[in-house]
Amino acid sequence: MGCIENLKYEMLLPLGASFKECREYVEKNFAEVWYVDPGYKLFDEYIIGLPPIALGLDGGKIVFPYTKPCHGTYLLRIEDDDEAARVRRTARKKK
Amino acid sequence: MTEATEIPGNASGKISGKALLLLGCPETPAQQAIALYLAHQLKTHGSDLLIIGTPSVLNLLRVSDPAKHYIGPMMVLEKCIEEIVEKRRTVDLCIVCAHNDAAIAYAATMRHLLPVSRLVVIIFGKDPGPLAAAIDFPCEKIVEKAVHNPMQLKAKVNEVFGWVASRT
Repeated sequence: MGCIENLKYEMLLPLGASFKECREYVEKNFAEVWYVDPGYKLFDEYIIGLPPIALGLDGGKIVFPYTKPCHGTYLLRIEDDDEAARVRRTARKKK
Repeated sequence: MTEATEIPGNASGKISGKALLLLGCPETPAQQAIALYLAHQLKTHGSDLLIIGTPSVLNLLRVSDPAKHYIGPMMVLEKCIEEIVEKRRTVDLCIVCAHNDAAIAYAATMRHLLPVSRLVVIIFGKDPGPLAAAIDFPCEKIVEKAVHNPMQLKAKVNEVFGWVASRT
């Protein structure tokens, strides 16, 4: 992984999860879900995927898909209060 | 299966303008062959081609074509996506080589970032059908079961781009 690899992250779904599995997991398991489009910048990386891309928020923790060409999509959780606040300001909230 | 429905192809074979060839994970050998073939054909038919992929896939091409007879400019994926998001790069034709779920996510990203560009997704590997079925965004699909032997894939590429097939 790129810069995100250097952050303290938890992996919620095993390697090789499909992008749609990650979206379904977020929508099913998080009360606060936000949507962004591909190319949205998160933790200084551009998010890849099929729109809409679901992000789960839990306080300052952000759950998001992170796609790498050879491994598929990881579903990661990283705590960052500032980035969570920015997501709440700039993303679309699930109704 | 070749599906070319949403966006018409170019029957003359001439592919002018800026083309982008997005390569996926290099673990399937057919990709390397079809990438070099596409690079050759696109350059021959008048395209300004940029190849993007992981450092590994780009190094495979550099080693395979040291005199750059076929390949031209190359760039790592993330850098190119950054340039497209920031509208510093335009693309007329985007070709995505896909043999796993991640590459389909990259193709979807390109569709979103390049809404008016021609997008051709080449889906191959051991079982390309389910991957092709997962694509629900507008694009042209070339679908072929190909892991080691690229010949049928090449034939379908020729068909979609209007290139006369060679005997080799």
